[in-house]
Amino acid sequence: MDKYIKLIFILVLYFICFNFVFPDVLKIPIFQKYSFHLGLDLQGGTSLIYKVDLSNISQKDQDSALESLKNIIEKRVNLFGVKEPEVRIEKNLQETRLLVNLAGVKDIKEAIEMIGKTPYLDFREEDQSNTSTITFKKTELTGRFLKKADLEFDPKTYSPIVTLEFNEEGAKIFQELTKRNIGKRIAIYIDDNLISATVQEEISGGKAQITGKFTIQEAKELVRNLNAGALPLPIDLISQESIGPSLGKIYLEKSLKAGIYGLIGVMIYMILFYRFSGFLADLSLLLYAGILLSLFKLIPVVLTLPGIAGIILSIGMAVDANVLIFERMKEEKRSGKSLSLSLKEGVKRAWPSIRDSNLTTLIIALIMFFLGSSFVQGFSLTLGLGILVSMFTAIFITNTFLELFENTAFEKIKILWP
Amino acid sequence: MFDVIKYRFLFYTFSLILVLGSIFSIFYFGFNLGIDLKGGSILNLEFKENRPEIPKIEEALKDLNLNINFQPVGEKGLVLKMKDISEETHQKIIEKLNSLSPIDESKESFQTIGPSIGKELQRKTNLVIILCTLSILFYVSIAFRKVSRPVPSFYYAFFGTIALCHDVLISAGLISILGKFKGVEFSIPIITALLTIFGYSINDTVVVYDRIRENLTKKTSQESFEDVVKKSINQSFLRSFNTSFTTILPLIFIYFFGGESLKYFALTLIVGIAFGTYSSLFLAPQLIVDYYLRKKKNRS
Repeated sequence: MDKYIKLIFILVLYFICFNFVFPDVLKIPIFQKYSFHLGLDLQGGTSLIYKVDLSNISQKDQDSALESLKNIIEKRVNLFGVKEPEVRIEKNLQETRLLVNLAGVKDIKEAIEMIGKTPYLDFREEDQSNTSTITFKKTELTGRFLKKADLEFDPKTYSPIVTLEFNEEGAKIFQELTKRNIGKRIAIYIDDNLISATVQEEISGGKAQITGKFTIQEAKELVRNLNAGALPLPIDLISQESIGPSLGKIYLEKSLKAGIYGLIGVMIYMILFYRFSGFLADLSLLLYAGILLSLFKLIPVVLTLPGIAGIILSIGMAVDANVLIFERMKEEKRSGKSLSLSLKEGVKRAWPSIRDSNLTTLIIALIMFFLGSSFVQGFSLTLGLGILVSMFTAIFITNTFLELFENTAFEKIKILWP
Repeated sequence: MFDVIKYRFLFYTFSLILVLGSIFSIFYFGFNLGIDLKGGSILNLEFKENRPEIPKIEEALKDLNLNINFQPVGEKGLVLKMKDISEETHQKIIEKLNSLSPIDESKESFQTIGPSIGKELQRKTNLVIILCTLSILFYVSIAFRKVSRPVPSFYYAFFGTIALCHDVLISAGLISILGKFKGVEFSIPIITALLTIFGYSINDTVVVYDRIRENLTKKTSQESFEDVVKKSINQSFLRSFNTSFTTILPLIFIYFFGGESLKYFALTLIVGIAFGTYSSLFLAPQLIVDYYLRKKKNRS
């Protein structure tokens, strides 16, 4: 490839990256469409992890129950008006988890209550094995078969009644349940609390009533909560992380400051040590940062605090390839070779160690990514991406720049070269 | 110039003292496990005006019976660590502290982690460490398969990995000591840093090995294996130092300006990378030379 074609290609890259990173300077609409995606730790918000109890559900129903759990939680979260909420089911060997990420929530307390208050409704029948006291055992009828709930009043006592209407499947289960429990009691539990237990006759049509002793206010709240989606599976909050919005901003500012200082520090060091070639390495380091940031917008990669740490670390690693090539060039030049020849030799000789050292770091980043913790993932993703991009910029870009000065008057100015 | 081969026992002694010290610290003091590994809650907050005195705060939260550990941060900040608590208890703490002195809620952070998540992470971490060690050992053996005389390539990988364990152990030992005396926690970020050292620190070793590999092919009959290694170390010195220094430089800025949560993550990396450079110049090649000399002696 002709070196001038390469140069034009690189200049175009600079232009594109500049516009991705600073879209508001030239205000070109295509670039303004993309923005950085900040993680919860940088914009503030709440991340909740619930353990999902699957013990009372058969294997084949698990997937559909989890799906409806996800939908119901999503519905609740959406009611709350969160921007880009994230609800995810995560299965691993030990347990199934529900992850809820709420970005930029101002009232975290209310958000947690909203999800936490979703009532878990289930029906239980008398346990025959225990004769001395009456206990109830769980049945398969739970809130996931609920179609809707209503508030009514008993025509005689005027006390509030909550009526439940099941969907088709739930109606069948309910009919069967009442049929085999004629003359016995069926109990209704909400969040593991006994609400009512009444002696049964067979009921078809899929309607049930709760005539507990609640106030009108309590009944209203229950109906509202049941309608917002009774949970098909019991969940238990096992982990929570919330970060206040201005705290996230402070984290972001501090890490950006560290990053910019680090970048400037490395650039100065390279110039001091490698003079003009160090300056050219700095130019490609800037492009490196530009490409990386553009990729984060394009892919998009969610930027977190550990992710930024990964970027900063990769800045220092990115010039490693340059250091190796320049040191090699110094040696070759000392043995009397011209700039162009020593550049070619330098790249050729330094390449195996550049390749090996970058690959080992890349392998470790890859393995770490599968550790799964969000800190490790954020860090290893940006670090891995950084290594890949840096191999391109440090070698291809810097070398193209150096080639431009081959056989020119520049080459003769001794002070410019190390 | 200082003879890096002849005086290798100085380096061995230095490294041995540090490694033994680290092992002692790790077994005797152990690690101050972070809540992300053992479960628990951590509440970070800032008062709008000056922070009330700690005994007053303790008094206010006494009836919650939580056995809270308090750490003041700056003039207004406060960190509370305790066993994992419910959202309700969290709100009660906030309420009580708020009545003592108003809290800036926008700067609050709260994290609670159940013990099961911590256990799972511990198990996964062990697996990842084993995978990392094996893959590095494997990769370096493959990369150096062409240098098999006079020392088989496997030993390059083997001693490289020993040097690597030396770097990681010393960094981990430092965190253990800091945990004992300054309350620094061994947490996921620290584990991430240690694993990164694993991946990055081998780089300098690769650079030195690469030089040995190259010089061996140009070796003259007057030169002994030790001479070749010595020459290679001296030739690699500057570039090993420079690659490490440019990597450490941004980390120093993270340490000083990057905020509390990344501080010890950066420190672990700085120490690990610095010792990685040291061990690739003054430990791994010397061990190879010793192995070679012993083999030669056995043969004659």
